[in-house]
Amino acid sequence: MSTPHPVRRGRAVSDAGRLAALLLSPTFVVLGLVVGYPLVAALRESLYQSGQTVDADGFVVQGDQFVGLDNYAGIFNGPAAARFWNAFGNTTFFTVVTVAVEVLIGVAMALVMHQALRWRGIVRASILVPWAIPTAVSAILWRWIFQADGVANAIIGNQVLWTTEGWQAKFAVMIADTWKTAPFIGLLVLAGLQVIPRDVYEAARVDGASPARQFWSITLPLVRPVLVVAVLFRVLDSLRMFDLPFVLIGNRKESVETLTMLAWDEASNLRFGPAAAYATVLFLYVAVVALVFVKLLGADVIGEARDRTKQARAPRQPAPRVTPEVVPA
Amino acid sequence: MNWRVTLRYTGLAVILVYCLAPFYWMAASAFRRPSDQFSLSPFPSPLSITNFTAVFGNDVGFGRALVNSIVVAGIATVLTLIIGLSAAYALARLHFRFKNAVAAIIIATSMFPGISLVVPLLKLFTDINWINTYQSMIVPSMSFALPLAVWNLNAFFRQMPGELEEAAMIDGCTRLQAFRKIIIPLAAPGVFTTAIITFITAWNEFIIALSMVNDKSMQTATVAISRFTGAYGFDQPFGTQMAAGVIVTVPLVILVLVFQRRIIAGLTAGGVK
Repeated sequence: MSTPHPVRRGRAVSDAGRLAALLLSPTFVVLGLVVGYPLVAALRESLYQSGQTVDADGFVVQGDQFVGLDNYAGIFNGPAAARFWNAFGNTTFFTVVTVAVEVLIGVAMALVMHQALRWRGIVRASILVPWAIPTAVSAILWRWIFQADGVANAIIGNQVLWTTEGWQAKFAVMIADTWKTAPFIGLLVLAGLQVIPRDVYEAARVDGASPARQFWSITLPLVRPVLVVAVLFRVLDSLRMFDLPFVLIGNRKESVETLTMLAWDEASNLRFGPAAAYATVLFLYVAVVALVFVKLLGADVIGEARDRTKQARAPRQPAPRVTPEVVPA
Repeated sequence: MNWRVTLRYTGLAVILVYCLAPFYWMAASAFRRPSDQFSLSPFPSPLSITNFTAVFGNDVGFGRALVNSIVVAGIATVLTLIIGLSAAYALARLHFRFKNAVAAIIIATSMFPGISLVVPLLKLFTDINWINTYQSMIVPSMSFALPLAVWNLNAFFRQMPGELEEAAMIDGCTRLQAFRKIIIPLAAPGVFTTAIITFITAWNEFIIALSMVNDKSMQTATVAISRFTGAYGFDQPFGTQMAAGVIVTVPLVILVLVFQRRIIAGLTAGGVK
C-alpha cells in the first residue's frame, strides 16, 4: 500500500491534507493510468487514421496519419453518418424507454416490499438474483426464451422471430434489460422508503389524506433524491449498453446497434481512429447527460461524502478541479 | 382488511415470479436431455446431467474459462481493495481541501463508458504484447472496480463511530496506527461485503474480456459462454449454454442469498443517504 509517513501533531489541518494526499495517491495513480490516460489517448487517436493511405504524390504511406477532425466529420455527414445516427437513435431510445419502464416497475416493487411484513427476506434475496446474473449470461438466457419455438412464443401463442432484425429485436433487448435492472431500482427505492419516518404517514392519515394522496405528497417527494440518483446511474449505464444486444441479437444488427457496439466493431476491425471518435462522442454524450442530472435535477451523487465541516454552504464543484499533489497525470 | 393482505401477498408473489422465473427456466432447460431440449414442460423429466458433462468436455473447455474468470476477478478484487481502502478512509474521516472535488472525480470515473477505455487500451496492449494475458483484463477492470470499492468502503467507514480512533489517538497512536489497528479490524465486515460486490461486478465483466483476448484458452467464463459453438454448425447449443449459465450463476446466487442483508446495505450505500 503506502509507506507510513511520520505525522506530526499540532498543525492538524495541513497534516490532514498531507495524510489525505498520501492515502489517496494510490487510487489516483491507478485511476490516472486506467481512466485518465485512455481518455486522453482516445482523444488523440480520434484525430488519426491508421493503415495504408496514398499521399499527394501518389506514394503509399504506412502507419498513422494525422487527419484532424476528419473522423468526426465522417461521423456526422460522411458515408458512415447513417450508421452513426441509427446507433445514436437506438442508444437514446433504449435508454429513455427502459429507464422509464424500470422506474415504474422498480417503484411498484419497492412499495410492495415496503408493505410486506413477512417474506421480506426471501423477496429481497430473490430481487438480487437478476442483478447477480452476468449480463452476457442473461442475454443467452433470453435468447433461449425468445427462440422461434421457445417459451415466450408458447406463452403468447404467436410466432414472433424475436432475434431477427426489426422492432421485435428492440423489444427483446428492452424486455431483457428491464428484467435485469428494474429490481435493482426497486432495491434502491426500498432503501429510500425505509428512512421515511412512520409518523409522517400517521399525521397524514389523521388529516384524512387518501393513500394516493399520501403517495404523491409524501412518498414521492421524500424518495425523490434517491430516485434521481438511481435514475442517473441507470441512464449512464444504459447509454453504454453493449453486452445485452451484442449477445442477444448479434454484432452489426442495425435495429439494436448501440454507440458502444459501433465503436467496438470499428476497433475490432482495427479502424482505431473512427472507433476512438465514436467512443469520444459517446463519452461527451454521457458527460452532458450527467451534467444535466447534477445541475438541473440536483442529483446529489457524492451525497454523504461531501465535506460539511468547511462552510455551511460549500459551493458545488461540478467540474473536477484537481490538486496537483493528488493527481499525477 | 383481508383483501389488502391478499393484495399484498399477490404483489410479493408477482415479484418472486418476475425475478426467478427466467432463472428457473435456465436451470430447468439445463437439466433436460439434449433429445428433449426444446420441450416446454415446466419440469425437466427425466432429469439429465448430459448438458453439464458436455460443458466440461474437451471441445468446450469451460473448466479453463472458469479458472480464468476466478483469476481475473479474484486478483482485480484483491488489488482494488488494497488500493481503495486507504482512499476510502481518507474520504470518510479526514477533512482536507478539495475533498468534494476528489469525491466527484472518483464517482465520475465509474460513470465513464467502458468503450472509451477499451479502444485506446486495445491499441496500447497490442503494441506492448499484452493481448491474451491476465493483466490485459485485470488492469482495465480496475477502472470500474476501484471507484465502486472506494465508494462502498467509504460508506462503511462513515458508519463507524469516530470516537474509536480518537480514543486510540489520545492513547498515543498516530492516525495511521489507529487506522491499521482499530479501523481495519472493525471494518472487516464492510471490507468483506465490498469484496463480494466487487468480485461479482468483475466476474460479470464482458466487453474488456471480449476485446483483450482472442485466444480461446484465455477467455473468461462470460465470453466463453457467448462463444459456444454447437456440434451441428448453425445450431446454437442452448442446452450446454444453459448448463454453463447455471454453473456461472449459482455461486453468485448462493453468495447473494447468504449475504443478502450486507450486499443490499453495500449496494444502497452508493445511492442512498
